[in-house]
Amino acid sequence: MSAVRWRRAMATQPGAAAAAAGGHAAWRAAGQQAAARTVSPRAASAWAWRLVVLAVLLVYPAVASPFFTFQIGGQSLVLGIIALSLALLGGYGGMVTLSQMTVAGVAGYALAIFGGNASAAHSLGWPWWLAIAMALLLAVLAAVIIGALAVRTEGIYTIMITLAIGVAFFYLVQQNQEVFNGFQGLHRILPPQVFGVDWRAPVPFYYLALACAAAAYCAVAYVVRTPFGMALQGIRENPRRMRALGFNVNAHRIAAHALAGLLAGVGGILLVWYNAQISPGSVGTTSLINILIIAVIGGMRHPAGPFLGALLFVLLQNFAIDLVDRERFNLVIGAVFLLILAVSPDGLLGIGRRLARMAHPAARRSS
Amino acid sequence: MTHFNPGRIPALMAVVALSAGLAGQAAAQQTLRIGALATLEGPFAVPGQDGMRGVELAVKERGGEIAGRKIEIIKASSNGNPDTAVAAARKLVEQDKVELLIGPLSGSEGIAVKNYAKSQPHVTFVNGSSAAQETTMVDPAPNFFRFSTDGAQWQYGLGDYAYNVKGYKRVVSVAEDYSFPYSLLQGFMVEFCRAGGKVVDKHWVPLGTKDYSSVIARLPDDIDAIYVALGGSDAVNFFSQYEQAGGDKPLIAGSITIDQSVLGYKGKRRDALLGTPSAGPIADNYDDPAWKAFVQAYRDTFKDGLPSPSLFAHAYYVNTKALLDGLDAAGGDLSDNHAKLRQQLSTMTVKTPTGDVRLDENRNAIANIFLTEVARNDDGSFYNKFVKVVPNVNQYLGMTRDEFMKMGVGTRTNPECK
Amino acid sequence: MAAINGAWPAAGRQARARTVNGKTIAARLLLAAVAAVVLVAAAIALAGNPRLFGLTVLNGLTLAALYFLVASGFTLVFGLMRVVNLAHGSLFLLGGYVGYAVGDASGSWFLALACGFAAAALAGLVLQAGVFRFMEGQDLRQTLVSIGLSIVLADIFLWIWGGEAYQFDPPQWLYGTVPLPLVGKYSGFRLVVLGTAIVIGVGLWLFLNRTRIGMMIRAGVDDKRMLAASGVDVQRVFAATFAIGAGLAGFAGVMGGTALSIAPGEDVRYLLASLVVVIVGGMGSITGAAIGALLIGLAETFGLAYVPTYGVVFTFLIMVAVLAFRPQGLMGGRT
Repeated sequence: MSAVRWRRAMATQPGAAAAAAGGHAAWRAAGQQAAARTVSPRAASAWAWRLVVLAVLLVYPAVASPFFTFQIGGQSLVLGIIALSLALLGGYGGMVTLSQMTVAGVAGYALAIFGGNASAAHSLGWPWWLAIAMALLLAVLAAVIIGALAVRTEGIYTIMITLAIGVAFFYLVQQNQEVFNGFQGLHRILPPQVFGVDWRAPVPFYYLALACAAAAYCAVAYVVRTPFGMALQGIRENPRRMRALGFNVNAHRIAAHALAGLLAGVGGILLVWYNAQISPGSVGTTSLINILIIAVIGGMRHPAGPFLGALLFVLLQNFAIDLVDRERFNLVIGAVFLLILAVSPDGLLGIGRRLARMAHPAARRSS
Repeated sequence: MTHFNPGRIPALMAVVALSAGLAGQAAAQQTLRIGALATLEGPFAVPGQDGMRGVELAVKERGGEIAGRKIEIIKASSNGNPDTAVAAARKLVEQDKVELLIGPLSGSEGIAVKNYAKSQPHVTFVNGSSAAQETTMVDPAPNFFRFSTDGAQWQYGLGDYAYNVKGYKRVVSVAEDYSFPYSLLQGFMVEFCRAGGKVVDKHWVPLGTKDYSSVIARLPDDIDAIYVALGGSDAVNFFSQYEQAGGDKPLIAGSITIDQSVLGYKGKRRDALLGTPSAGPIADNYDDPAWKAFVQAYRDTFKDGLPSPSLFAHAYYVNTKALLDGLDAAGGDLSDNHAKLRQQLSTMTVKTPTGDVRLDENRNAIANIFLTEVARNDDGSFYNKFVKVVPNVNQYLGMTRDEFMKMGVGTRTNPECK
Repeated sequence: MAAINGAWPAAGRQARARTVNGKTIAARLLLAAVAAVVLVAAAIALAGNPRLFGLTVLNGLTLAALYFLVASGFTLVFGLMRVVNLAHGSLFLLGGYVGYAVGDASGSWFLALACGFAAAALAGLVLQAGVFRFMEGQDLRQTLVSIGLSIVLADIFLWIWGGEAYQFDPPQWLYGTVPLPLVGKYSGFRLVVLGTAIVIGVGLWLFLNRTRIGMMIRAGVDDKRMLAASGVDVQRVFAATFAIGAGLAGFAGVMGGTALSIAPGEDVRYLLASLVVVIVGGMGSITGAAIGALLIGLAETFGLAYVPTYGVVFTFLIMVAVLAFRPQGLMGGRT
């Protein structure tokens, strides 16, 4: 796969390329083009498919066992949200970071500490809505700090630096007993009983995760078509030119980090409710890299990609032991990851897209 | 926008996965499904594999069936991470529909699985080898039974031996900085301090440290021995670095420091290790018929196993055997949320290769502990030579419940005797 | 060509150098303040327990030496070829395991060392020619592929060599304790590691700056096309570079395995250490790797000796601090 094709594959909206090429006016025109395109018949059928998927997702708990609803469905949605935050930064912003799970972990720990957990010495016992707000706030703050540190670097430097920051946080929570309870972590972190529903039961949790995932999906899909999102993609394509055009590149990037931090924070809260616990292992190197694997496998080009990747990952994680020796789980997931990287830079979505294009050669528009 | 909606794939995959799940559920109800959870991934794979061997051995001794039902062991793996352990347990319980679950292996996993057990009252959980004190002492689960001993229990008797027999009066400790070594050290110090010994300094090393040179540099000269509670390759690193640095003080080893999975490391055997006293749930050459039969059965059944069963194999074996004995005594009756079985488990005495085991009111084991010293085999490999049995050690370490609760579980600074 | 290309940025650099604004003054003041604090703390420590201080300094230097050995290969491959090889830790392990197997079979530690180097170099060659060459220019993809490779390799090593720790058996004259002034006994092998690192560091610098091949490598990085135009087989140069960088990792594997041990998980640990060293020191600079390794090695050992609970976070704090002021690292040039 040539470098040119790779770069084109990693790009998303054609408007972004136009923006890099032509400046403000062309970029606005591209945005209008993109907006105008929504009423075309092809787009209408795309919407139809979206409705089908939504229907399937809504009906899923009725046909699936509680285990499948919770451990497969719920977990995929939650990991998908965190991976979506990475896809936002990496696919649309051109900054692949390995610290999204760290941000999610910050939210998780904050919720555990401010809300309540099994250890009274480590709980503040605030009301649930306040604890959630605090957790999200701290997650965004952490994301902004990480963003500010990483924004002065580009490309692979960003990966290295965010990985190191993530590991620093891991050591911090592992070593500190007073606040984070060290190696053992914090347990029994449960969602509040709102509207008389136990939100950790499989079906309610699934719908909660689905609602959050849908909101995240829509948020990302919307933001990337706003002027901010377009500028972000322009920055991904050619930061120097965007700077010359008068955009504040650093501010845009940090803002993107903040938004991704919010998404990761939501994912982190759901994750800690899913596990009912959080420990240093949740934010260790393996967990950090897993999110990257999920995003890449699924495809960072489209908001649906991370969820796809999360589903595949969770299925492999749970059923590899039945198909292959569980001991070799890492080998399997690594091999799948490499295979997808070799065959399709855009993950499973890219493969799907190419299959579709092969099936319908008439619809050969590049987008 | 593209013609193909990528969102279709999740739906398709879900359907495929779902039908696979439904098919799995249609398995026969006559077999007894027992889940076995150990760390089969990553660096802890060696203890995990040995733990599984313990389970298989116990099942084999029963001929693969109990109370007229065939036993099916369904394995699951974790990697030491509590999240993964709970996810694996959840898969066993909710997907594979096991009625009984044995595991997990490590301490923090044990606490997480115990918390999960509370939400699954229809399943009986039996420990694997996890040895954190809190699992049964703090907020115990009524359906979690531990027939193996906890970390503090493992070290009971060593303090007295070190002070009175070995003559060590002043000691420093080097241990990893998390809860399990805290409890190991507590088990050692309870008797050592009571006898008059002093632990002049405690060096808590962050988990994952490989370079102990700084710690070794801090060790004072006016001590009699060093108490070391490091596990796996960390222990191996420490030994070699201590020797390289010219250290010559005798060591006192925590159970994980000289377990078979560590003594079996590849490389030069260090004579400095010979004679190191330790204590733990087993002694490799215990001259008891039941133990010898166990070791022989282990060696015969597992040609690729360790030279001698590790404490992980032993713990998983004891817990599985207890579970099966309890099932037998209850006549295989699992009605009413396993009421009869749990009653049996709580009150019976299990005959194990290392003596009789009973449970206390927190469903934690009261069992024998063994004092050992490291010795060399004819073929040059190391093993833990039996010295003495410390009988019937309970979780309160020879104190009353109130006395112990006043002391509290082991922490970085508890107990102290400088 | 070079003159024309160089004139523009050179003028810019001159212009920038001439402005000493408030920001640079503040940065320099802060640096001076930090240096002062460190010196005072060191003086207190030295006065309090000279033996411990001396031992810690030596430990820091020897650990830095080990880190330099591992990081030098990483920075060579990155700085010269812009390939972020996150499978570098796996090459470290590969060298260690193969070295152990050879050493165990033959009984010669030096042979183990040589084979560790060779095995890793070969693996590096395969990686460059078989994988990374087809992804030139696609930094992100190379990085992701190297991550995937490291996961796969780590599991394969676990499969073949199991979860136990492996320790080497070097000749006694390398391994004994050495009497030193002030600190008393010290591990001879650690001093050997220190010596080896210095020799290799100097050797690398000479290789890059004083030999023809080194000149070709440096030229190829600045302008690959120009190098190819002057008749040099660029691919072969790059393959040689990767092989050397990987071989260094394997060599460090045997050295590290002897000083500490080889076990699963070491690959991640040394990779992280390399990353931090290279980020702090500056990518692509051998001198930078040396400085970074010194900083990190000393920080880690002093942290563990004097502030054990949070000492581990020190190294990362240093990295963050360096990044805040000099994102390209202490010795890094413009990328």
